[in-house]
Formats: sequence, structure tokens, C-alpha cells
Amino acid sequence: MAQASQPVARRWTQRSLAPWLFLAPGLFMFTVYVIWPIIQSVTLSFFDWNGLYNKDGQFTGTFVGMGNYAELMRDPAFETSLWNNLKWLVLYMLALPIGLFIAIFLNQTVTGIRVYKSLFFFPFVISQVVVGLIFAWFYAPNFGLFYLLTESVFGKGTAILADPDLVTYGIIVAGLWPQIAYVMILYLTGLNNVAPDQIEAARLDGAKGWRMLWYVILPQLRPATFIAVIVTVIGALRSFDLVSIMTNGGPFGSSRVLSYYMFEMALGEYGFRMGYGAAIAVVLFAIMMIFISGFIWKMWRDEKER
Amino acid sequence: MVHTLKGALALGTALMLATSAMAQDKRVVTWNADYDPIPLAAAEALIADFEAANPEIDIVLTNFDHEAYKNAIRNFLTADAPDLANWYAANRMRPFVEAGLFADISDVWAKNGLNESLASSVLSSTIDGKQYAIPYTYYQWGIYYNRDAYKAAGVDLPAEGGVSWDQFLANCEKFKAAGIDCVTTGSSALWPVAGIFDYVSMRTNGYQFHSDLAAGKISWTSPEVAAVFDNFGKLQPFVTENHAAIDWQDAAALLVQGKAANYVMGNFAVGVFKEGGMTNDNLGFMVFPEITAGVARAEEAPTDTIHLTSGAKNPEDAKTFLAYIASAEAQTKWNGAVGQLPTNKNASVDANDPFLTAGFNALSTATGGIAQFWDRDADAEYAKAGMEGFQQFLVQPDQRQAILDRLEQTRLRIYPQ
Repeated sequence: MAQASQPVARRWTQRSLAPWLFLAPGLFMFTVYVIWPIIQSVTLSFFDWNGLYNKDGQFTGTFVGMGNYAELMRDPAFETSLWNNLKWLVLYMLALPIGLFIAIFLNQTVTGIRVYKSLFFFPFVISQVVVGLIFAWFYAPNFGLFYLLTESVFGKGTAILADPDLVTYGIIVAGLWPQIAYVMILYLTGLNNVAPDQIEAARLDGAKGWRMLWYVILPQLRPATFIAVIVTVIGALRSFDLVSIMTNGGPFGSSRVLSYYMFEMALGEYGFRMGYGAAIAVVLFAIMMIFISGFIWKMWRDEKER
Repeated sequence: MVHTLKGALALGTALMLATSAMAQDKRVVTWNADYDPIPLAAAEALIADFEAANPEIDIVLTNFDHEAYKNAIRNFLTADAPDLANWYAANRMRPFVEAGLFADISDVWAKNGLNESLASSVLSSTIDGKQYAIPYTYYQWGIYYNRDAYKAAGVDLPAEGGVSWDQFLANCEKFKAAGIDCVTTGSSALWPVAGIFDYVSMRTNGYQFHSDLAAGKISWTSPEVAAVFDNFGKLQPFVTENHAAIDWQDAAALLVQGKAANYVMGNFAVGVFKEGGMTNDNLGFMVFPEITAGVARAEEAPTDTIHLTSGAKNPEDAKTFLAYIASAEAQTKWNGAVGQLPTNKNASVDANDPFLTAGFNALSTATGGIAQFWDRDADAEYAKAGMEGFQQFLVQPDQRQAILDRLEQTRLRIYPQ
């Protein structure tokens, strides 16, 4: 007995216990609010359920196995959402070069530069809902500024949000506005940390313009670029609020993205197909995992190299 | 006794209020509703009358924000059911009936002769031969038109009974020449296009066709559906462009400003037209034109209902109140205050309101039947797929075949043959 309990007692020294104690609150929250909902979502995706319990509080769903996933494969609306998500991912990356350009432009010392910086940062501070409303009015047929502009140039106004081919691009532009500001701020802080002696040295060697940017500045901005890519990818994948505010996924579902389609199916007025919504969520989660594991792998590698 | 609650707080507060009310010696009936201010005031007046006649019963109304209610009802029916809850007739109540959350109230119908007095709503209140709802109000759909726009385009005003389909399309040509939208709608929320489609469908093939189509019994590739889309296609060039990007209220503004002549809408829009400055002098109402000669005229009239829940703690007194709500006296009073139509045929409507009078006449002479509206007659998922198809057809009429094929696939998936 005494021999058996001794190793246990030795294992729980203060040094080995302390990290777990410090981790415990975080782990608890992570389990309850992240791991557990993921397990529930995956489980739910194998059921056909309209979200109701009967009066005795019993679950009313039926098990359908992979049925929801099989249906997803044949669902044209899911295909549209997937394509739109891809458009979001690709075009959202424009926020990086534009944000960098504005950051370099603003990285100078003239009177009142703080005011200009704040003005450029402003769209990121206001809520996405407000951004969506502003752009919805901007595009609005008959009285929107954009509509009137195209009307005066081409003689016929273009109502972006009523056009199934243009609507997604219209919403992405609205999303880019605050995203560029975000990336800009990341690069501005990054530029503060660029070593002046290296620039000095490069200048003595005759580097300037693009070459200076590409070979001297950008390598030093790598940490900022890394963060900017992550927030932009995640921003593109969870593009829900703008779609919801500006079009409700319309016209006839052409501006849906996965996150909005999931909401529509699970919680929308004509939805309440919880299992199907959960299946979409699982697919979206799988797509995000590709990126997230990539980032984690890179961070882990960087940590090890140190 | 009335409480107004919003969103997530509602449930918890309702619980507390319910327990505090229990302490009184009156028998309490709890009722969850989603009324806007005017209907709420009308409901309060009904409660006051009922409590005066039944002093031993206390009706406790808990009012929810309209949008929040749609989600809240799914929780409170299971977690803490009130005795009574507002909802909608026909397929909209089916999930709750099938989950056993709404109680069978066929006895209330039988005891009070409601099959007789609520004759027009028997079908929409019945599932599998049993009644689960008390319908207390509905409103007509039809064409609201701007007389000034007719004058501006030099088009003759429609006669009392409306116009013929050919005449309507000929008028549309004239409106188009005058730069006025003949038919306007704002379909960013989808459902307004279903109103136009339903009418074209019911006027082409009749009520039974509408009902079967919504129930998934008719193929989208059938010749009957083709005939509907032929007629829908005739209307398509005259519908406001870019309707997919605007709300129904924005389209109402087009009608008010005279930029559009006709609007296929429900009677609730009259308030919006009048707020925009229209009066009984320049706002007109007509029934949707007859398309196929001899098809009995059917109308759309979505019905609002009150239900007894299965978890009700005081079902006996709740049934007494339901019987009162079904009565001609209560319906005359509530609908008179709100400006809608009573479902009880012995109730009366305000003769000074031309739109209510016209609607009452249109519905009471609709020999074809009373439809609930596409998104209440059809299963929710099927309804949505359909409405997206209708909207797409109005934007891209050349995609007709692709739309019909897709709808047919959806139908075969939801209703396996």
C-alpha cells in the first residue's frame, strides 16, 4: 500500500500541480463553451430535428445517419454558398496590399497625422451592422448614390443588390472597407518596429522604392502579415452580419455564404431544420480547421526554432 | 392585466409574474401574445369585457416583441407553457400540433357551434380531423391602386368588380409607355412575390390547384404549372425592376408617389399607404382579375389564431375564454379596433372603411375558397424554395426551365413519391 501510493504523492508536487491549477479556469470555459458545443453540433448533424421538444421534454428528432450530408452534396444552395465563401476568401485578401499601402502612406510625420490615421481607422470602429446599412443605402435602387452615379454615366442605373451576379461582390466591397482599416492598423504598428539602422544600411547600398519595400521592409513586417492573414481569413469565413443586413442572402439565395445558410436552415423563419443546419456548421468548421491547423502548425514550428 | 416584454428577459419575467399572480384568489389564465400597440390595446379591451362578465377569472396577457416571439414560442411551449398562445393557422401550426404542444379543442368548436359560425376557417384550423386553433381575425389580399397614377397615364379607372385580365395587361402597356410601373412589389423578404404568384395560380387553375401545389401533390413540370408560368410571364415585364433589393414598404412608397399604379398586397398595407399621404379618394382596391373564365374566385386571407397549449395549467377557464374570442361580439370589437376582418360570419365590420367593406364582400363572395397564403399553406422549407423560384422568375424569366426543374427536384426530395 505505502509503496503504491508513494509515486502518486510524488507526482503532485507544487511544480507539477501549479500549471494545471492556473489552466483550470481556462480549460473549464474552453470545454463548456467550445468543446462541448462542437460535440453537440456534430451529434445533431446526424439527426432530423425541428428544434422542438414535446410537452414531456423529450427530444423529437429522428436519427438519419449521414442523410443530412448526403443531401448537402446534392443541394444547389449549398454549392452557391460554398462558391460565395471562396469569392469572399480570395477577394478579402485584397485587404492586405491595400492596407499595407495606406499604412505606408500614413507612416510619416506631418501635422495632424493622428487625425488622418483615426479617420482611416474609423470604419473598423463602427459596427458591421452600420457598415451594412450604409452600403445598402449606397447601392439602393432609385435613390442610392451608386445607383444614381451609374445612371448618370451609363443612362441606366445598376442596382447591385438586386443583381444575382453582382450582389456578392457588392457585399464583399462593403466588408473590405472595415477590413482594410484593420489590416492598416496592424501594419502601422508593425512599421513602428522596423529597424531604422537596416533601412539606413539598405539606403547606403542604393536600395529604394519597390526593392526597398520587398527586400527590407516586408521581411521585417512578417509577424504583422501573419496576423493580418489570419484575421482576414477568419473575417472572410464568418462573413455573416453583412449578408444578413444587406440582402438576407437574396436575391433568390445568390449571396448566401455558409454561415448565413446555416443560420437560415437552423434558425430562420422558414428553417428550423436543426440537423441540417448543424451539418452545414460541421462543414464550415472543417474548412476553418484547415486554416486554423495550418496557423497552429506554423506557430508551433516558430516557437520550436527559438 | 397586461405585461409587455422583449426578447430573452421575457421568459424569466413571465415565470415570476405567473407565480405572483397565483397568489390572488382569482383563477388565472395565462396568455402569451405578440401584439403591436393597436392590437394590444384591442386585446386589453377584450380582456376587460371578459373579466367583467367572468369576475372569478383573471386573464394575464404577456406580450412579446413580434420578431422575438417566433423563437420564444419554441422555448416557452416546452419550458413553461402558458394556457393560451398566439400563432397562425394551417401548416404553420402543424409542427406544434405534431409535437403534441397544442391541445385538441374540437370540444370548444362543437359546444359553441363554431363549425357553423367560423365556417370559412374550419379547414385552416383542422389537422387530421381535429381543431387546434381559434381563428379570430384575417385580412384580405388584392390589388391596391393609385387613382392618380391611372389618371396620369390616361387609363380608365377599374370598375367596382375589377377589370378583366386582358384589360389589366392592356393597361400595363399604357402604364409602361407613361413610365409608370404597372405592378410594384418589394421582394427582398421574398413573401410579397408569393402573393402575386398565388393569385395568378388560383385564377389560372383554381383553389384546389393552389392547395395541391402547396401540398407537393402537383409536379412543377405539369402542363397546369406551365399555364401558370405563362400567365406569370405576361405580368413579368410590368413588375417594378430591382424589386429584389427593396422591402415591401419601399414599394409602397412607389405607389404613394404615383411611380407605380398597382400593388398586390394585404390589407395591412393600407395603414402604410395612408401614412404616406394617400386617402380614400385616391387609393383604390380591386380583386385580382379573372384569368381562366369559369374558375371559381378564391382569395387569400391569412388567419391569425389563438391556441390552447398542452401544458396549460387551467384549460377549463382557458376554453371559456377561447369561446368568447370566437364569438361574434368579441370579434366585431377586436377587428373594429384593429381594422381587420372578423372570421365569425355573424360579426360586423365598420361600414365607413371602404377597404374593409370591399374585403368583407370579396371574401364572403369567394366561392372558390379562402387560401392562407403560399408560405402558410406549404411546408416551411418547400415554401421558401418556391418563393425563391418565383422571385428568380420575375428577375430572370429566361431561367424558367431551370427554376421549374429545381423546384421539381425539391418537391421529390421533400415529398418522396
